[in-house]
Amino acid sequence: MFSALLRPKSAGDLARLGVLLALAALILFGALRYDNFISPFNILSCLRYNSMFALIALGMCFVIITGGIDLSVGGVAALASVVSAFASPYGWAAGMAAGMAAGLAFGLLNGFMITGMRIQPFIATLAAMLASYGLALLLADNQSVSVSYDTAFTMIGQEDLLGFPIPAWIALFAFVIGWVFLERLPAGRHVLAVGDGEATALLMGLKVRRIVFFVYAASGLLAGLAGTILAAQFGAGQPTEGVGWELFAIASVVVGGTLLTGGAGSVGATLAGVLLLGMVFNVLNFENGLGWISLSAYWQSVIRGLFLLVVVILQARISARSPREAS
Amino acid sequence: MLLSIQNLSKSFAGVAALRGASLEMADGEIMALVGQNGAGKSTLIKILTGAYRLDEGQISFAGRDVSFSSPAESQKAGIATIYQEINLAAQRSVAENIYLGREPRRFGFLDHRGMREGARQVLQDFKLDIDVTRPVAHFNAATRQMVAIARSVTQQAKLLIMDEPTSSLDEREVAVLFETIRTLKRSGVGVIFIGHRLDELYALCNRVTIMRDGQTVAVGAMGDMPKMELVRHMLGRELAAFEALGKSADQQAERPLRLELQGAGSGLRVRNVDLTVREGEISGLAGLLGSGRSETARIIFGMDRLERGTMRMSGAGRTYDEPAEAIADGIGLVSEDRKVDGIVPDMSIRENMTLALLPKLRRAGIVDRAREDEIVQRFIKALRIKCASADQPIKELSGGNQQKVLLARWLCTDPKVLIVDEPTRGIDIGAKSEILKLLRSLADEGLSVLMISSELEELLAAADRITVLSDGASVAVLPRQAMSEKALLAAMAHQVD
Amino acid sequence: MTITDTSSAAPTVRKLSSLQLASRYGTMLALLLLILFNLAMTPNFLSWQTVNVNLTQVAAIVIVATGMTLVIATGGIDLSVGSLMAISGAVAPMIFLDTLVPIADPVLAVALAFVLPILVTMAFGWFNGMLVTRYAIQPIVATLVLFIAGRGIAQVITNGNLQVFKNPGFQFIAMGQIAGIPAQVALMLVVAAAAFAVMRYTMFGRQVLAVGGNEKAARLAGIPVRRIKILVYVISGALAGLAGLVVVARNSASDANLVGLGMELDAIAAVAVGGSLLSGGRANIIGTLLGALVIQLVRYTLLANGVPDAAALVVKAGLIVLAVYVQQRADRS
Repeated sequence: MFSALLRPKSAGDLARLGVLLALAALILFGALRYDNFISPFNILSCLRYNSMFALIALGMCFVIITGGIDLSVGGVAALASVVSAFASPYGWAAGMAAGMAAGLAFGLLNGFMITGMRIQPFIATLAAMLASYGLALLLADNQSVSVSYDTAFTMIGQEDLLGFPIPAWIALFAFVIGWVFLERLPAGRHVLAVGDGEATALLMGLKVRRIVFFVYAASGLLAGLAGTILAAQFGAGQPTEGVGWELFAIASVVVGGTLLTGGAGSVGATLAGVLLLGMVFNVLNFENGLGWISLSAYWQSVIRGLFLLVVVILQARISARSPREAS
Repeated sequence: MLLSIQNLSKSFAGVAALRGASLEMADGEIMALVGQNGAGKSTLIKILTGAYRLDEGQISFAGRDVSFSSPAESQKAGIATIYQEINLAAQRSVAENIYLGREPRRFGFLDHRGMREGARQVLQDFKLDIDVTRPVAHFNAATRQMVAIARSVTQQAKLLIMDEPTSSLDEREVAVLFETIRTLKRSGVGVIFIGHRLDELYALCNRVTIMRDGQTVAVGAMGDMPKMELVRHMLGRELAAFEALGKSADQQAERPLRLELQGAGSGLRVRNVDLTVREGEISGLAGLLGSGRSETARIIFGMDRLERGTMRMSGAGRTYDEPAEAIADGIGLVSEDRKVDGIVPDMSIRENMTLALLPKLRRAGIVDRAREDEIVQRFIKALRIKCASADQPIKELSGGNQQKVLLARWLCTDPKVLIVDEPTRGIDIGAKSEILKLLRSLADEGLSVLMISSELEELLAAADRITVLSDGASVAVLPRQAMSEKALLAAMAHQVD
Repeated sequence: MTITDTSSAAPTVRKLSSLQLASRYGTMLALLLLILFNLAMTPNFLSWQTVNVNLTQVAAIVIVATGMTLVIATGGIDLSVGSLMAISGAVAPMIFLDTLVPIADPVLAVALAFVLPILVTMAFGWFNGMLVTRYAIQPIVATLVLFIAGRGIAQVITNGNLQVFKNPGFQFIAMGQIAGIPAQVALMLVVAAAAFAVMRYTMFGRQVLAVGGNEKAARLAGIPVRRIKILVYVISGALAGLAGLVVVARNSASDANLVGLGMELDAIAAVAVGGSLLSGGRANIIGTLLGALVIQLVRYTLLANGVPDAAALVVKAGLIVLAVYVQQRADRS
């Protein structure tokens, strides 16, 4: 990955380099301007909160690399948070397993609708989103479901391990696996090749449907994990949480230089995209804390949207000049 | 014998695409496979590689009877195919593309270094020294071809099939590619080379198999097959019932020029085309596949930019950036591929027919249905379009009737110049001569028609003059009195005798 | 030469398969079945009030989905509609509440409160269209920008505050009645009818379908593809703006956090159930209207029969998948 960054070889590399530079610039700006910006507390709470989005964005990254989209992740996370809250009295492992199983189930459902029934990913996952919210609300009876404090379940969201928030550990772990998968395993190359063109991948002898099925399953599983962390962090399963997460995840992935047309993408840059969009809120808070200006928290959406706008326009510009388009 | 295909037959929905085709070749042989569009070449290849199943016939490859059920299976058996639009994952690196699906591993992980080294090695065998970690999209078409070939070499392919590999290459790149193919040949690999540029075929191939109408019509050593003969076999000689529709030279007199191209060029496909279309004539445009006929039409119609040379409409210099501008100037184009850029399948006959006329049909933004119906009915009648009603979806019509609707789309705009690209492709014989007569009578009424066709009879029957293209340049103009099958064949084979 | 001409002898009218029948009349049939079911099972179903409740519930969705149908007909999609609703819903009260500038004439204020917000959302629609055409950005991503930023803009200009108001003139759009029909229902019908007429009778409608049906062919027929695409996004923006006004007028309050939340997906669902495939080339406005009604009526039916609201979501999901699956199968056969 770093070699690619030092010597950008494609439009995607350039975009990924861009997001890392932007993230570095934002951190530097914050560090110079605000006193406690790089304090452990600020960094850790920022990581703790954004780990859920990071997990969802990781799954989305894989889906988008194949040229698909997964709109169900927010709903699936909500469902998983409810399911894991119900399972939390049986221990943290049970809660986690239950949440992830719920996510995986929907991931498999998406995979089936898309590869088996050949329904467009947008529609299939839109339906799965509605269904998962419906199930979450049904199970939870339209209320949030308190988790058990008798077991260690809440530690998944609230505790630290070796001075580092557990959810951040989980996200980090998932990203390492994701990175190894994409960059170091043959299957990762196959995911990329499918996104480059399904017909081509078929002709090159790849098992396209299996690969597509897999990425939706993985996305569901990761959304389930995010939902589990949500329940643990806030002490309750939240059937109404997660609205709009899917689109923020897509935005993070796109800001991270992954092309929505598929075929290119980077796990590391996706993480940077999540942090970049996530830190907008953080910086805004600190800026207000200075007392010079008073920008409401609502500006974060506007600024995130602007980030996305700049990135997509830059990407459009770069890819218009790249040889891929020219040939 | 490396490959032996015998009596291969295949029908699609009752329509025969192959009728007992055969092909035989030995190890280390480069076999040219030629034929017109629809001759059955690609069906043959697709059956061989397992993309289609055969209806009848035997295939034996490397001494075994085979019947592949998927491209992956034929690849495993040692058949590599390189398609016209090179099938590589454009955003992946050269090395990854070479090894995709068969990546070298260490402890289950990708062996990036091994992949790079291996790729570099194979490419060096072809005297190609490139950065194998760059995405293939960064390289030109020739290099991408070479990468595709390298991929097949690492697959230990015994047979390499190349479908028009030179269509987007320049001369120098072609030379490099041919050197590579010869290297392969020396190592015993058999190559099936599908191409249309005769000079290239003669320079590269040992033998040639010629297909027409789903059958193998001739096989021979390249050296024993004069160009004229090859072209004649390829185009065939249907003693069809086309009466000569063209005008004699004196009838034609010296009519004013309508459309004129001088030294026109764009990209690699169109290098230097001179072309004239006069008022009230059918000007034919001939040439083998890949000679730049359709591309010339694209330039005239504003789909591609005129990069070199000049174009004049009724004497005034013109370049169009958009088809809309050409249309405004009175040009219409019935394109080669009805499905891809002709019909709007879900729309009715009526809607398809008036698509280009709409701006003239509206009153305050509303389509004048009375006038529209009147026009549509008139053309359905005049062109004898067979349909249940004007509101039938066009996708339900037969090819010939769809073509008539598309002709009507332009005729109703009352154009000055109508370009028809393969106007009778995929149409039955009866409808064919009907369409040709129609074009003739339109020309007699003053319309200038530019007719692109790969069917000799059609051109000979209908055209008042034929311009022949070869490799992107106009190489001959045959006036009516000089028109003969022989002259046309000679010009197409680009052979002056 | 392959001979593919099969029907040169006589024109044949193909018999529709059951699948195609289901795809063509399925939505209508579903609606009829739902109505019959309710007549039999739901007490007081056949009352003016029930009809009103269902129609007012569906009005805003239909208005937005109408614009969405046009966008989808060109092969695009507009995710920003919910956020644009929030913007128009936020701007309108600011005008007649004099938050921006005092306007002396209350009639003028109300008039401006109708016009200005819609002009604003049209401008945003134009912005979407530019991203899609000029920069060739995929519609999903292009409209995602305003999906995210749009609600933020609405929140910023209202500072996230709830604007409560009582303004009969403005609220006529939701509360008023025209010949006994609730104004918002009348508005919904007018919008749908206008869109239907545009698609059926105007050159623009034809060109929209041609662009979505075969963009290459459309360009070759001289249709200004870019302009058409930009226009449909502007129309979608305008209708989203209008729907925003209806929603805040109905609630007597504007909450930028909530107005239009999730609307983009409701609208897309209505379009999909209504039979316009997401791949473009079709704009079944009546289908969209029926699709929205079916979704609403399913919810109502379940609710009225003691099934929780949440279950309706699951049923809705199933409906969408079923509708799209049947259409795709019918298209391939």
